[in-house]
Amino acid sequence: MSLFLLFVGAVLVNNFVLARFLGICPFFGVSKKVETAVGMGLAVTFVMTVAGSITWIIQYTVLDRFNVGFLQTIVFILVIAALVQFVEMVIEKSSPDLYQSLGIYLPLITTNCAILGAAIINIQSGFDFLHMLVFTIGSALGFTLALVLFAGIRERIELSDIPYYFRGLPIAFITAGILALAFMGFSGLVK
Amino acid sequence: MKLSILTEGIFKNNPVMKQVLGLCPTLAVTTSAINGIAMGLATMGVLMGSNVVVSLVKNIIPAKVRIPAYVVIIATFVTLIDLSMNAFFHDLHKILGLFIPLIVVNCIVLGRAESFASKNGVFDSLLDGIGSGLGFTLTLFVLGSIREVLGNGSWFGMNLFGSGFSPAILMILPPGAFIVLGFMMAFNNFVEERRRIGRGGAQ
Repeated sequence: MSLFLLFVGAVLVNNFVLARFLGICPFFGVSKKVETAVGMGLAVTFVMTVAGSITWIIQYTVLDRFNVGFLQTIVFILVIAALVQFVEMVIEKSSPDLYQSLGIYLPLITTNCAILGAAIINIQSGFDFLHMLVFTIGSALGFTLALVLFAGIRERIELSDIPYYFRGLPIAFITAGILALAFMGFSGLVK
Repeated sequence: MKLSILTEGIFKNNPVMKQVLGLCPTLAVTTSAINGIAMGLATMGVLMGSNVVVSLVKNIIPAKVRIPAYVVIIATFVTLIDLSMNAFFHDLHKILGLFIPLIVVNCIVLGRAESFASKNGVFDSLLDGIGSGLGFTLTLFVLGSIREVLGNGSWFGMNLFGSGFSPAILMILPPGAFIVLGFMMAFNNFVEERRRIGRGGAQ
């Protein structure tokens, strides 16, 4: 039961993008079309889950054992960078279309703070492996959900008449604000 | 000429308003003016350090592995800042929390290393680091001020409107960050358009 609550909490209540402000850059960068948003969401989900697992293992088998916790940031970011490189090569081979449309944002998953953020939150919250896995997958799905919803809204905004100075990013930010407001409605769901 | 490198980052190429980089800390920590300034200065420290070192070693590092090398350099400075803030400003460190180690994935820092420090001399890179850092700090300060005044009725912790004022708490909650930044960007567009028209009229 507590695992289920943790999952729901990560997807809806403490949504990575809308409540914790992690992964904002791809949130605004690749949310112009629903299709790319789904692709990006899945890529992030995969990288986040694998990176979360590897960094968790490294933290408890290497960093803690040899008492070098201060190297956490450096080690984690290197693991993530290597992993993203790997995913990029796989996607380039298996799905050139997706590779094209994700473009610059694929290598930028490295500098997506959601990935490193999740890895650090996992350690700070003292999760065991199972809780870590559930939390990470929940967070990544929450990111994907927010991204896809937002892309759907933006596709419609394209067609509507926006005041001149608000065109482009300003209206996108305000829309995200309203979306965040809607997500705040979930806050009573999990204590 | 040298001065223009400094001001470039503050206004013309402001990291947040113009390049739309570093949004996560911008939105997350600006619940008050002081938090905004602290986050801005921490990022500026990392920017200065990483810009100088990247510019020093730019000829030694092979082009193919430059990005990982830059990331390690940046991560080193972030760890330095993280540990020293924890030691000297423990309360601020607790508030900013997760977002201090996350400076390492702030696109501004890597962006400046790649687009400026890897092509320019040490002193210019230092100036560029200070300029971009100040631009970032300024934006965070303004955003933090607006949110604190509207959402808490105070500025730098000073109560502004007396006890009868009921603040719009929404502004210091997550949605407020998006909405205020959206309005700031629209205002920025407005000012620029006006200046463009003004210049056109003078000719």
